[in-house]
Amino acid sequence: MNAETLGAVRRFLPQIVALFAILAINTAVFPGFLDITVQNDRFYGSLIDILNRGAPVALLAIGMTLVIATKGIDLSVGAVMAICGAVAASGVAGGGSVAMAVTTALVVGVACGAWNGMLVAMLGIQPIVATLILMVAGRGIAQLITEGVILTFNNEGLAFFGSGSIFALPVPVLLWIGMGVLVAFVVRRTALGLLIEAIGVNRRAATLSGVNSHVLLITVYMISGLCAAIAGVIAAADIRGADANNAGLWLELDAILAVVIGGTSLLGGRFTLLGSLIGAMIIQSINTGILSSGFPPEFNLIIKAVIILLILVIQSPALRTFVVFWRGPKEEVFDKEQSAP
Amino acid sequence: MLFKSALAGATMLASAVLGTSVASATTVGFSQIGSESGWRAAETTVTKKEAEKRGIDLKFADAQQKQENQIKAIRSFIAQGVDAILVAPVVETGWDSVLEEAKDAEIPVILLDRTIKASDDLYLTAVTSDQVHEGKVAGNWLVEAVGNKDCNIVELQGTTGSSPAIARKKGFEEAIAGSENLEIIRSQTGDFTRTKGKEVMESFLKAEDGGKNICALYAHNDDMALGAIQAIKEAGLKPGEDILVVSIDAVPDIFKALAAGEANATVELTPNMAGPAFDILEAYLADGTTPEKWIQTESKLFTQADDPMAVYEEKKDLGY
Repeated sequence: MNAETLGAVRRFLPQIVALFAILAINTAVFPGFLDITVQNDRFYGSLIDILNRGAPVALLAIGMTLVIATKGIDLSVGAVMAICGAVAASGVAGGGSVAMAVTTALVVGVACGAWNGMLVAMLGIQPIVATLILMVAGRGIAQLITEGVILTFNNEGLAFFGSGSIFALPVPVLLWIGMGVLVAFVVRRTALGLLIEAIGVNRRAATLSGVNSHVLLITVYMISGLCAAIAGVIAAADIRGADANNAGLWLELDAILAVVIGGTSLLGGRFTLLGSLIGAMIIQSINTGILSSGFPPEFNLIIKAVIILLILVIQSPALRTFVVFWRGPKEEVFDKEQSAP
Repeated sequence: MLFKSALAGATMLASAVLGTSVASATTVGFSQIGSESGWRAAETTVTKKEAEKRGIDLKFADAQQKQENQIKAIRSFIAQGVDAILVAPVVETGWDSVLEEAKDAEIPVILLDRTIKASDDLYLTAVTSDQVHEGKVAGNWLVEAVGNKDCNIVELQGTTGSSPAIARKKGFEEAIAGSENLEIIRSQTGDFTRTKGKEVMESFLKAEDGGKNICALYAHNDDMALGAIQAIKEAGLKPGEDILVVSIDAVPDIFKALAAGEANATVELTPNMAGPAFDILEAYLADGTTPEKWIQTESKLFTQADDPMAVYEEKKDLGY
């Protein structure tokens, strides 16, 4: 293991420990949890389910991480999912080609992001308010597109995005990993990531130093819209229908949670895409674990809340200071006292 | 003065004449909750159709989920002097004063689909389904379908704590209580949605030996069943054969699944609550026949043998 990966492991230690702890608990509660078999030419098992079912939140978390890094937040992603799912479904239901339907859905997602970005960057509306507009209106727009019903389709091509597989892996898994790698590559191999962080730390200072914060902010919200659009297409393809009322419902909150668990601060600045993706998988591991455990559903939300509370407590700065104080530099402090005259 | 009373007399005469002609074309006000679900949209469509069929002049008011809008609508119906009022009440309480006004104006009120907490002399009757009974019908079908075989059932519940979820669970459990070969081995909420229905079914299949251990699925609504059917197919099993599928609501899409042999039975929550209500109303207006305080709508069972595609064609344009 080289120094770089060791550093990454150390940085994400709390997240990785949390993820493995949850998987261990899941395995203890349900022994077959880690089994992976090949069925119908594709991998099959609870671990694959976690990767597959976690796809929407993971995708949303990618966009959300960048938005949060600019000290913003995007509450509209769940509603954008519903809109884009509806656009894709109505495209194929109306007899259009799959490529056309998916492209339209992605363009609509990017346009939704551009709308959010303009409200934030040009009009200076606070992000939480600016994106709240589309969060509320978005489901209405989606319902207009589906005409208030669950718009079903029988197009194998579109369904492929939800339940198809390539190299024995479900397509949604490949999509979120691919998108994660692509975005990470673009922001980390160029100065883009640094500029995004600069806006998040101090937008005015960044602008004065020559960062075009308007363009960059709008772009970031557009990426978030694009991620939401992909997630929306997956959600619609998965059930072969666009459910305007329920697609992506409350997922914006899960996405924000994934980003926070991953270690990105809501105050903007430094961000980590890998952390957010691990965060998304932690959330989905909890969900899948609860489902396979066989506990009565009345416990679902409480179990989830307690586990997330534990993870956040472990990561909290207060606890870290306490641990450092209690264990690490104790001798150092002692030494200093000794050396004092 | 003389002129005035003559005018009043003429107006009265005119209204009496008009009144008789109106009596043949009954005017009914209908205060609907809104259109929050496909089922409710279908209820609105069916109510309008039923009224048209009977030559009833229906005044429709959409309350957009707000009680104050419903109260306003009822007051305006009273002011317009309608012959009867249908209400699908959005909440259970707070209806006393407005229903009192309707009673004073001698306008009968019929509750549709939901009941209220108020003195029962304030309304003529309530037409609703019995959700415990719906669960029972589903359970009875399954008991008959499996016969003496051992059968492990997985259950997809509605939103935890919601009244249809509690009632449909209770009814189903009562129906299978007498048969020891039937057992619910797993029960989890699918929030009444397709996505969650599919996700939860996937976990059931994994947890129960790839689904080999499951003989039947009972879903509290059709949407969850439709999601679960896809999960079963993706796990390499045949829904409808390897795993029996029974659910409740009878939305159009489940009839496609029935026709394809992927679902086995559904229990209808009929959107036609207005039909029975209009029948009662006609009898009441004709000779004052007072109905029972609660009219239970039929919870009809549909199986693959009931020509599902024909039912689908019938239902698909109702606005579900």
